[in-house]
Formats: sequence, C-alpha cells, structure tokens
Amino acid sequence: MSDRLDVRKTYKLFIGGAFPRSESGRTYEVTASDGRFLANASKASRKDGRDAVSAARKAFGGWSKRTPYNRGQILYRVAEVLEGRRDQLVAEVRAAEGVTEKQANASVDAAVDTWVWYAGWADKLSQVTGNANQVNGPFFNLTSPEPTGVVVIAAPQQSSLLGLVEVLAPVLLSGNTAVVISSFERPLPAITLSEILSTSDVPGGVVNMLTGDIAEIGPWLAAHLDVNALDLTGVDDADVARDLEAEAAVNLKRVLRPGTPTAQSLQRITPFLEHKTVWHPIGV
Amino acid sequence: MPKFEYAPAPESRSIVDLAASYGLFIDGEFTDGGGTSFKTVNPATEEVLAEVAEADEADVDRAVRAARTAYEKVWGPMPGRERAKYLFRIARILAERSREFAVLETLDNGKPIRESRDVDVPLVSQWFFYHAGWADKLDHAGLGPNPRPLGVAAQVIPWNFPLLMLAWKVAPALAAGNTVVLKPAETTPLTALLFADVCRQAELPAGVVNIVTGAGETGRLLVSHPDVNKVAFTGSTPVGREIARTVAGTDKHLTLELGGKAANIVFEDAPMDQAIEGIVRGIFFNQGHVCCAGSRLLVQESVAEEVLERLKARMATLRLGDPLDKNTDVGAINSAEQLGRIRDLAAAGDEEGATRWSAPCELPDRGFWYAPTIFTGVTQAHRIAREEIFGPVLSVLTFRTPAEAVEKANNTPFGLSAGVWTEKGSRILAIADQLRAGVVWANTFNQFDPASPFGGYKESGYGREGGRHGLASYLEGSK
Repeated sequence: MSDRLDVRKTYKLFIGGAFPRSESGRTYEVTASDGRFLANASKASRKDGRDAVSAARKAFGGWSKRTPYNRGQILYRVAEVLEGRRDQLVAEVRAAEGVTEKQANASVDAAVDTWVWYAGWADKLSQVTGNANQVNGPFFNLTSPEPTGVVVIAAPQQSSLLGLVEVLAPVLLSGNTAVVISSFERPLPAITLSEILSTSDVPGGVVNMLTGDIAEIGPWLAAHLDVNALDLTGVDDADVARDLEAEAAVNLKRVLRPGTPTAQSLQRITPFLEHKTVWHPIGV
Repeated sequence: MPKFEYAPAPESRSIVDLAASYGLFIDGEFTDGGGTSFKTVNPATEEVLAEVAEADEADVDRAVRAARTAYEKVWGPMPGRERAKYLFRIARILAERSREFAVLETLDNGKPIRESRDVDVPLVSQWFFYHAGWADKLDHAGLGPNPRPLGVAAQVIPWNFPLLMLAWKVAPALAAGNTVVLKPAETTPLTALLFADVCRQAELPAGVVNIVTGAGETGRLLVSHPDVNKVAFTGSTPVGREIARTVAGTDKHLTLELGGKAANIVFEDAPMDQAIEGIVRGIFFNQGHVCCAGSRLLVQESVAEEVLERLKARMATLRLGDPLDKNTDVGAINSAEQLGRIRDLAAAGDEEGATRWSAPCELPDRGFWYAPTIFTGVTQAHRIAREEIFGPVLSVLTFRTPAEAVEKANNTPFGLSAGVWTEKGSRILAIADQLRAGVVWANTFNQFDPASPFGGYKESGYGREGGRHGLASYLEGSK
C-alpha cells in the first residue's frame, strides 16, 4: 500500500458548457456496485433543469444551422476524445456497473463505435429521410428533415455510458440540443462524458447533463413550454412515464416512450425530426 | 371598373338521393345508434338535411370489434396486391360518382360547389389512387423490409373538408393493412355515410371500414377505446392536447394535425398579381376554414399600401352566396357555433384597436354567413394575430427586413404552414429554411397532393399525412 492518498474527483453538473454545482446545494452519495463510496454527485433541482433548457435553447440556433458536414466532423471528434479516455471510462463503468474488466472494455468500445456510427449520419439524413415529391402539377416539391429543437432525454438507468451514448448521439446529429438526466445510481460516467464533450468542439449548451432524480425534476421539464421533445427511454417506472407523457401534451411535445430499442437505428433519429415540405411553381 | 353581373348557374341537387335518416356503418351494415340521434343542416339555408344516429359506448365497442375481426381474419393477412386492387376500385368509384359527392359535400358543408367539384372530390379520388399503389410496395416505404400494419385505427376528422379528411385518413390506413373506425364531424357526416356505399360497390370486406357518427363524446369513446392501436386526429389544438393526454402511457400510436396561424410573407419584389391571388386563396379558400390558411399577412412596409389597395379591389369581386351556384367564390360558414366564434374574435380585433374592412357584399337572410374581412394595424399582441379564427378574416401586419419577417412569422406556438412571395430565388430558399413550419408555399399557397407530406411543427401537431412520410404513420418498421 502506497502512502499517497489519491486525489478524488468532484462530479458536478454540465450546463451551458460550464460545470456548476447544483444551485440547490444538494448532493447524493454514489456508491460502486459493491457498496464502496465513489463520490457525492450533484442532485439537480428544478432550477438547474430550467437553466439547462435555456442553455439548450440558446445553443439550438447555432448548432442546427451548422452544415451537416461540420456537425459530423464535430461529433466524430467526440469519438476521438472518447477513445483517448477509454481507460478512465472503463474504470468508471466497471465501478458503476460491477461488470468485469472485459465487459467494461466491450461496453466502452461499443459506446465509441456507436458514437462514430451516428456521427456519420449527419450528412446523409436528408438523402435517406427526405423526398422529392412528384405532385400532380408543375411544382418543385421537396421534403427535408429538420431538428425538432430542445430534447429532454431520460438516459437508461443500467447502462451508464453505452446506454447514454445510444440515446444522446442520435438526438444531436440532426441539430437538436439536449438536456439529459443521467442514470440516477450510476451517474459518474455521464459527467466524464460531459468533460469529453466540453473539450471536443461541441458548442456549450448543445448538451446539458443533469445528475438527479427523474421523478423529481422530470415533471418540470415535461411541462416546460420551451422543450420540444421528450425521450423517456430511461424511465423504468410506468406510472412516472405515463405522467410525464401526459404533462408533455401541454405543448404537444414529441414523446418517445420507454421500451423503444436503443440499438443503432435510424428509428432512434427520426422521432426527433420534423419534415418540412417546400412548394414552388415551375415555369419560365 | 364595371362589375359584370352573372346569371345564376345553380348546380342541380337532384343527383343526390338523401335519406330521411342514417344509421351507423358497422361491419358492413347500417345499424341504429344507442345515443340520441341528431340533425345535420345545410348551413347555407338552415334546412334540415337528415337525421343521423349517435354512437354510444356499446356502438363504438361493436365498431372496434368489427374492425379487429376484419384486421385479423381478412385485411391483415391479405396480400398487398389484393388490398391495392380494392383501393384502386374505391378511387375509380369516387371518380365515377364525383358529381354526386360534390353536391352532397356542398349541401352539408356550405363550401362552394366550385371547390368541392374541382378541389375536394378530385383530390379524394387521387388520394385513394396514390395509396393503392403503395399497398404492394411497403418494403420500399423507407422502414426496412416487411413493415407491419399497426392494427385498428381510430380516426376523428373535422368538418372543414369532410370527405377529403376521410380520404387522408382511410386511404393510407388501408394501404398499410390496418382497418379503421372513423368518426366524421357532427355537422358534416353525410359524405362519409355515402362513402359506405362506395365500400359496398367496391365489395370491400365487412368491418374494414366502419363509420360511427356523433359529437365530441363519441370521439372520446373512440380514441380512448382500449382495443385500438392507432389514433389519428385532425382538429383543434385543445382537443389534440386532450387526446395526447388520453393516450399517454398506452401503446397507441398517435398522429395529430392541429391548428395553425400561418404567416403569408409578401416581399416588395413579389410577383404582385400572383401574390394578390395567393393572399385571397390563402385566407378565403373554403371560407377560411383551413388549418393551414394564410391568416397572418406579413407585407413589406414599402409595398403595404399598394398590396392593401389591390387586395381590397380583388376582394370586392369575390362572389358570396348560394354554394351550389357555380359562380360562387365564398360559401356559408359551417355552423351557427362557428359563426359565433368568428364574430367574437373579430370583435376582439375591433376592441384591441385594429381597423376592420369587409368586402361589400350582401349576406343572404338565412343561413350562416360572414363577409370576407381584413384587419389592418394589427400588432403581434392582438388576439386576431395569435389565435386561430378559422374563418374568412385576415390580419395584416408589416415588416421592414427579412429578419423581422422571419421573427414575426415564427412568433406563434403553431407551426403548420407559411407562404413566401418574392422573385428572388435565394431569398425564397433562405426564408423557407428559417421558417418553423411543416409546409412552406413559395409563390403559391394552399396546394395539396397525396404525394406531398403535410403536417406541423410545434403545437400544430405531430406526424405527417401524404407521401411516404404519411404512410409511415400507419406502419411499424422492422426492429
């Protein structure tokens, strides 16, 4: 046993590109799967949620107006930085999920590969989900995908990093911005991912990461009029999910229900798209 | 300019064979309803056209069961190429009987025969024809191989385009292999009931299409029925919100086509003749009973005076009156209730300081009528600039720069449609790009086509109707 005491990390929230503590001053104890103390994570409040939504709204214009090629480049850069911090993530995933080193390695590899897969979608989306429509008359008529806006994501509870990447990357690539509520019991890899995002050219506010209880802050976010969509994938309690979906009706938010598969799929991307159809007469 | 007088040119209503009363259409048969029957009237004359049954809980349950059985036993297992042939048959029968449908639609809804004959009914037939061709090509709909239908679709439609909305809902549902229970609006049920006769002539298997008439309560029973897999609703945003709450926590798929408050943006270099026609088409088509109506005119300040002058001159030539007269441009407001709503909102426009101008036209003594009206001096805070009026009332606002036009256009919780008028191509593309709306008409307005997706952003609802995207609303992709 060495004499040296390790320097522990303070895990904070990630809002608007900065790492604040919760304005509420609250934290909660995060333990490893074997019960060992890992950290005191910030417990996000309703106010933190609102700050995160304003940051996401502010970032939406710039992020969605970047060229898809540029968004693809930035997202690929995230994968590069992610790869460089594999060892730290493997250790954190291992601690959080209690899996073997081999399993943790596989899970982090899959997270990096998933990120790369989605990064490549950014500049192909309109070719695959858009359409030139042949209408009955002399009109140019084109349907193109656009991001829906600010998306609140409840990240999966079990898979602390891979599960999070599987729900976050497909939302970002089309130009949406996100407010993520991480796994409650396994939040630490989410904050480390936030550090990676903040150093990978992703503009501040595009991703906002809250560690905390979805049942507590979820209703405020679901009822927030400046949120456009809700991904409930990580909500395990069916009653909570139903109530959040009902709250979301206040401004007709798009809702992705729990139980939607998280595997790499176009169907993780399209629920957060709008399709705009533009008509123009053809003539000389 | 002298105004030419037109001789009346009324369409004969003899082609329509109206029964005194109609039942519900369930499992291929007309049956009585358990609720209190109601009357449907001709809004142009207030004449009672027929008595219509109201479906109660047991009736809705019967209809859903009929649809379930037909889905499991007949329609779901049927090869797509055979389903296609039924839909082609329906498209052809609708074209063959187009005059009958146009006259009945005009009688029950109050819209001019010119529009029901030249717009609604041809589109209805085309809607079935387009979707018929999808039925055996679902593998190519963009959802991967072998996408599956959802099951029983509960569909609730509004009164502004009674038959067209039926086609928008029924055609894609059937093409994808679903069966349907449809509730038409209580003020306009007749063409849906005549559609049952088209199903008979096409020999469509019993239970594939069921029609339950009634008002809000029947609709509520239908969308909340535990055995429906898909809910599709077109109507107001408040009702859409209520439906979204109702289906929360269930497995039901949901699409909503809700209200709008479209900005129709006219730049100083707009092709002026076309723009004036486009403004008129945008707001006075179908008496303004159009969710995507161009109800907020945004004119660049430098041409505002000219546009208003020409618009008023054009509006003075609109012919309001007997919807069955082939010369009529503006028909009747659909119901006394809707007329009341339009009057209330217009009164709010007066109270809040906007200036009202109505086209000089004589309103008939009987029936529900509202003269084409514009309000000028409207600000973004006025109710008439924020709330959907759903009538022939246009609010006019001005702007100076393209950025201001976009800002004002997007300043609404709705996001269904928008119009842009300018000769400059790069400006059209830039403005269209920035508008938060599902349909953008550039140098045209209110165009519809079954191959073209239609639907809204924000509180105008979710999902699309028409085209590949609309079809996808009735399918589940392979996972």
